Amino acid sequence: MDVIVLLKQVPDTETKIKIDADGKSIDTSDIKWIVNPYDEYAVEAALRLQESDGAMVTILSMGPERAVEAIRTALAMGADKGVLVDDPATEGSDALGKAKVLAAALRSMDFDLVFCGHRAVDDDENQVGIMVAELTGIPHLGMAVSIEVADGKARIERPLEGAKVTLEATMPALVTFGGAHAVWNPRYASLPGIMKAKKKPLEQKTLADLGVSPDEVGAQAAKMQVTSMGLPKERQAGRVLEGDTDEKAKELTRLLHEEAKVI
Amino acid sequence: MAEGVCVITEFRDGAFRRVSFEIASEGRRLADELGGPLLAIALGDGVTEVAPDLGGYGVEKVYVVDDPLLKDYRAETYVPIAAEMLESIEPKVVLSAGSVDGKDLSARLAARLEAGLATDCTELKIEGGALAAKRPMYAGKALAWCSWSEGAWPQMATCRPNVMDCLPPDTAKKAEIEKTNVALPGSNLTLVVKTEKEVGGKLDLTEAETIVSGGRGMKGPENFAMLEELATLLGGTVGASRSAVDSGWRPHADQVGQTGKVVTPTLYIAVGISGAIQHLAGMSSSKYIVAVNKDPEAPIFSKTDYGVVDDLFRFLPVFIEEVKTLKSTC
Ligand SMILES: Cc1cc2nc3c(=O)[nH]c(=O)nc-3n(C[C@H](O)[C@H](O)[C@H](O)COP(=O)(O)OP(=O)(O)OC[C@H]3O[C@@H](n4cnc5c(N)ncnc54)[C@H](O)[C@@H]3O)c2cc1C
Ligand SMILES: Nc1ncnc2c1ncn2[C@@H]1O[C@H](COP(=O)(O)O)[C@@H](O)[C@H]1O
Repeated sequence: MDVIVLLKQVPDTETKIKIDADGKSIDTSDIKWIVNPYDEYAVEAALRLQESDGAMVTILSMGPERAVEAIRTALAMGADKGVLVDDPATEGSDALGKAKVLAAALRSMDFDLVFCGHRAVDDDENQVGIMVAELTGIPHLGMAVSIEVADGKARIERPLEGAKVTLEATMPALVTFGGAHAVWNPRYASLPGIMKAKKKPLEQKTLADLGVSPDEVGAQAAKMQVTSMGLPKERQAGRVLEGDTDEKAKELTRLLHEEAKVI
Repeated sequence: MAEGVCVITEFRDGAFRRVSFEIASEGRRLADELGGPLLAIALGDGVTEVAPDLGGYGVEKVYVVDDPLLKDYRAETYVPIAAEMLESIEPKVVLSAGSVDGKDLSARLAARLEAGLATDCTELKIEGGALAAKRPMYAGKALAWCSWSEGAWPQMATCRPNVMDCLPPDTAKKAEIEKTNVALPGSNLTLVVKTEKEVGGKLDLTEAETIVSGGRGMKGPENFAMLEELATLLGGTVGASRSAVDSGWRPHADQVGQTGKVVTPTLYIAVGISGAIQHLAGMSSSKYIVAVNKDPEAPIFSKTDYGVVDDLFRFLPVFIEEVKTLKSTC
């Protein structure tokens, strides 16, 4: 069984965001980069299939040279090999552009399952994985919090507003992983893992290698773009209530009722 | 030529989900500015009966496919129908729900139609005859305005639940219905094995008006009973910090933050939560924020409208009594 994990490198969630001088993106000058947390859940799920079914786990990422580091992290966790699509022509791609590149890369690989994060915590678009499923013509099982694979089928559980749903699709299928850290508890890269990762195959590809024309992706092909970016209005630290417990409880009730009118 | 706005509704268990009315209301406003009709697509099993009600929110015409096979959302059935409808009605702008199923549907549609899609928008406007959308990025640590390229069709956006103002419905107004029968693919569909409702009909955090969240300061799962009680009194639901979820005190679906749910309730009460950057990212857009924390230096206080520095185990029981008294008098 072949499992391909689509993995994106994103800014550390601790990052305090600053807007770049261009006014359309963030200042990346002193950012620490990490593996997108949801993609880490996807890697963990893939590695469990590697253990139980001998699945071959390949990491596929599109991004600049620095994304090699994120792939190496996944290899150190236990993935078998990595592919980075690094081409300056992909810069400025919208979600569809990114999905086209990833779908083209998948076409050149063998897979039974494609695993993604449910969203990348940088642009929070929540669409690249789903678009890859559409472009590849395979089912998408979204926001999985559990997965079982048997008899050529994948079965997941997912939360739906106010309910839990169990879905099943025939493979090949694409699964996006949701839940929380506590659900997947992704393993850490061990020291021997990090040593081994250095010797694992990591291929770099360009658009030409994938047969994708640069006109199909990048800023000029994007259907949608960011025109300006700003920081949210700083919330003003409000009132800290005074008095003993009884007084504070009374005052809070009054404020919520009379001033905020929310209770 | 493409004109007007089309909303793709979400119908489940015999009723439209509230977010459908929110996007219809928002769609009405945009259609008035654009100067075109407001149309809707309604797919589902038994949706015909309620489809005319969309008129109450300003929808002029609803394109309906009503079929038992459409009981649950599935890309294999919904996407081809919706894509075909959009190609024939040619709206300029398409709005859909930023819900679990709505996100799947809209991303698939955008890929199929080669369209640009702005997800989880919190504000929409018309600029120079085209859509402009504001959407949070980095879990709300940044806000971006997006626009569509010249000639890009359709301009697609999903709206976050609970954000767009919902018009009070004009129940006298009914929308015109156009029913279509389509041949649905019957085999090799994603199988919906089962659907289990949350016990007690727990509201989803993304759709709740009031959220009472607990963190590590709650000390253990048993103490969340106090938060449940408060949330029930306020008609809300309980959330949690990652620490509380990691400790196994609360289910993962309760986690609020950058790697949990991003929420926008009217009232957010954080109890025993320090206010780490990843938590703040998920709840800073709440209208009113209250924090209860014994540490006056806790970062959460920089975001609160009303801060209570106190031991939560002392404060909460007294506060719950106060709320009960208020509720019994009004
Ligand atoms: C990649 C990544 C993603 C993350 N994503 C999220 C996320 O989505 N959501 C999230 O919440 N966190 C997230 N975190 C974790 C985050 O960094 C914090 O560790 C977490 O939010 C802290 O939870 P807490 O406030 O409950 O606990 P603490 O930081 O331990 O705070 C507990 C608070 O309770 C107060 N307290 C204790 N006892 C009492 C009492 N008796 N009365 C009153 N107050 C009391 C204390 O003063 C303290 O302020 C993420 C971290 C990483 C690395
Ligand atoms: N540049 C990328 N390289 C590899 N995978 C990606 C990339 N961008 C997005 N993805 C995948 O798509 C998911 C959703 O991303 P997004 O739509 O950006 O929120 C991520 O969790 C990844 O699994």
